[in-house]
Amino acid sequence: MNFPLNMKLKPKGLTGLLRGTMFAAAVASLAMMAGMADAQTLRAVKHSDLRVLDPILTTAYMSRNHGYMIFDTLYALDENLAPQPQMVDTHTVSDDGLTYTFTLRDGLMFHDGAPVTGADVAASIARWGERDGMGQVLMSFVDSMEQGGSPNEFVINLKQPYGLVIDSLAKPSSNVPFIMPKRLADTPSTEAIPEQIGSGPFKWVADEYQPGVRAVYEKNEDYVPRSEPASFAAGGKVVKVDRVEWVVMPDDQTAFNALQAGEIDYWESPPSDLLPILEANPDVTVKNLNALGMQTIMRPNTLNAPMDDVRIRQAAIASVNQKDVLDALVGNPELYNLCGAMFVCNTPLASDVGSETLVKGNGMDKAKALLAEAGYDGTPIVIMHPTDVGTLRTQPVVVAQAMRDAGFVVDLQAMDWQTLVGKRASQASIADGGWHMFMTNWVGADVFNPLVNNMVNGKGPDGGWFGWPDVPKLEELRTAYATAPTLEEQQSLAEEIQKIAYEQGVYAPIGQYFVPSAWSNNIEGVLDAPAPLFWNISKK
Amino acid sequence: MVLYIVQRILAAIPVMGFVALFVFLLLRLTPGDPAAIIAGDTATPDQLEAIRESLGLNEPLFVQFFSWIGQLLQGDFGTSILSGKPVLELIADRMEPTISLALTTIILSVLIAVPLGVIAAWKQGTLIDRFVMLLSVLGFSVPVFVIGYLMISAFSMQLGWFPVQGFKPIGEGLGQFFHRIALPTFTLTLLYIALIARITRTSMLEILGDDYVRTARAKGLPERKVLMRHALRNCSVPIITVIGIGFALIISGVVVTESVFNLPGLGRLTVDAVLSRDYPVIQAVILLASLIYVVINLLIDIAYVLLDPRIRYA
Repeated sequence: MNFPLNMKLKPKGLTGLLRGTMFAAAVASLAMMAGMADAQTLRAVKHSDLRVLDPILTTAYMSRNHGYMIFDTLYALDENLAPQPQMVDTHTVSDDGLTYTFTLRDGLMFHDGAPVTGADVAASIARWGERDGMGQVLMSFVDSMEQGGSPNEFVINLKQPYGLVIDSLAKPSSNVPFIMPKRLADTPSTEAIPEQIGSGPFKWVADEYQPGVRAVYEKNEDYVPRSEPASFAAGGKVVKVDRVEWVVMPDDQTAFNALQAGEIDYWESPPSDLLPILEANPDVTVKNLNALGMQTIMRPNTLNAPMDDVRIRQAAIASVNQKDVLDALVGNPELYNLCGAMFVCNTPLASDVGSETLVKGNGMDKAKALLAEAGYDGTPIVIMHPTDVGTLRTQPVVVAQAMRDAGFVVDLQAMDWQTLVGKRASQASIADGGWHMFMTNWVGADVFNPLVNNMVNGKGPDGGWFGWPDVPKLEELRTAYATAPTLEEQQSLAEEIQKIAYEQGVYAPIGQYFVPSAWSNNIEGVLDAPAPLFWNISKK
Repeated sequence: MVLYIVQRILAAIPVMGFVALFVFLLLRLTPGDPAAIIAGDTATPDQLEAIRESLGLNEPLFVQFFSWIGQLLQGDFGTSILSGKPVLELIADRMEPTISLALTTIILSVLIAVPLGVIAAWKQGTLIDRFVMLLSVLGFSVPVFVIGYLMISAFSMQLGWFPVQGFKPIGEGLGQFFHRIALPTFTLTLLYIALIARITRTSMLEILGDDYVRTARAKGLPERKVLMRHALRNCSVPIITVIGIGFALIISGVVVTESVFNLPGLGRLTVDAVLSRDYPVIQAVILLASLIYVVINLLIDIAYVLLDPRIRYA
């Protein structure tokens, strides 16, 4: 009995070889054609998906990064963390320090062809000031903002002198005071802007945007960069590629393979376990672009017993050893830093006051003593544990174990990050689904002074950040910081704020770590910056 | 038959209505707040409240439900809470990769698995049979992502024949399309070959022992005709069922394969929407998946009648 299919399985000899060769040649030529067409397209895999396009409505870092592409800022920080003019040409301050007059530089145009005016700036700053913490502080000093005598002038009139006007306008991370057309900036700050029109170095390609798949930008040919060289977020934003595509890759291994195969050019945050392989690849560069790194923190809820007792909060903090957290989270000591400075190490406001047990890991006895003194009754401490985010799933486990070693009973509740985000806004009691503690991470630039650092806000349940410590002294000191005329005074006040924050157990930095980026050596000019920036990069 | 089809379509309406209500309530009772996700870390309670208000999330549940149903009846699936894009547009963008992968996988699987199953049954107990069974066990046992990574390692990283990831629409050229879809297709095909070949073999073994097969052979019919015309046709009902359900499974989303090969399909859209509590997108995708199951089940039932005239529906 013969079965016809058997005939098809016989080898074809020379014909088969020829067909195989032709197939391989066709595949290779397809790949070459694809490569030629992509010569000036920079493909980047970001740390997440771009979902919300309004960088003022949300603090999401992807939205901030998107903002840097299509919008411009009045000022920006250089590599020394000093504010430098960006859209602004010059500014003057009246002798009484109450009137700031800004002149915009020539040639600034929105992507729809309209010139940037002082009215656009006033509306944009006002909207940003409704949402952003540092912006809200600035607004509390502002009497009025308006277009000046000519369309390219912008005036801020203050109620009293405020030393951080320029620093506020140069704020580098969420929310960044991006400038948008007045018609967009007039959108209520609780609603998303309806269009993506900025005056930045890239234009948004709306037709090609697929949430969860890719976001596309093209070079803004009309953009006039500053003449200074690019430095951090400041300097000339010279675009050297035609297009930038942010490609979403949910799987790290896929991004890893794609970078090595040359299908993408840039990978924002490869996981630390893949870094040694990437570093060994001569065609790939691995570098940390953000010297401020990330601060990972633990935040107690001061509303729910027993965390409403300052001694219990202090005990929880004293039990934790930063090295244990960072070894588990990062592993490689070259990528982390034992750092108790609430306003980030290696910044002008860095201080180690109050952080000895965290950094030295010698607080276990203190923790036990504090628990005994407070008469801790074994009430389970509810720690929210987000299991779906790689950079947040480790810390709760380590902290929970340290607290158990100190004598706490811990209820580690597993959940996804979005459940945590919803739940942490609840001030409910534990019986009603409340919580005692969670961990999160901050980009260094979002916590590097007392005004942007939400955790040292002492306003309590009305106006405070999740956890809601009610510490009026912190608010007094933050207000004093806002008006401090010199850096020395600012440093002194920042140190005092940190001291009180530790004493009150409002939060604890449990480590500073760095997330290097990786890119193919066919691109050059990647900037050290507070966020991934795509100007100044050329592709061979 | 026409009456039967009409009855089935009418019966699908309450099914879809129940799915709509169930999905709606399940989502609203799940922890998580899209307003908090949009607002980010620094939002005050007042700002959160204002965002909820602007999204209509503060309305009573029944108002939200009937508002959504009203929109659906007008063909409006709403807009994504996060991106602000119409949900239908989001789904339409993701349909081509998903349908492409489903079709290429099912076609290739059927072309390979049915003959393999027939041969395995015909040569029961021989090396060929054992090879097919081994392939089948491997296909079932090895996780899809392992097969995917092995494929990428061999054919992309080592040989450089295929790209590591991504999708090209068929409109950009057949070559580019097949170049990108090949590896994910091969990966999923292994699983479906295992499934279909096993069912084919089992069904064939039952049929090959029947009297009418013995009669056909006694009449002197060639073995090929006995196998293909008499045996295979009579055991096609379970095979068609497995193929249909397999197709529906791929259409509903194969998240792991889509993630490993970075295919922008419906599976990833669903998972992303769930993780970000994008209610309108989740609701629409689940309704669509339910509809696909209803339609495919209907098609399978119709195929039964065409393939086996003994089957009649009242």
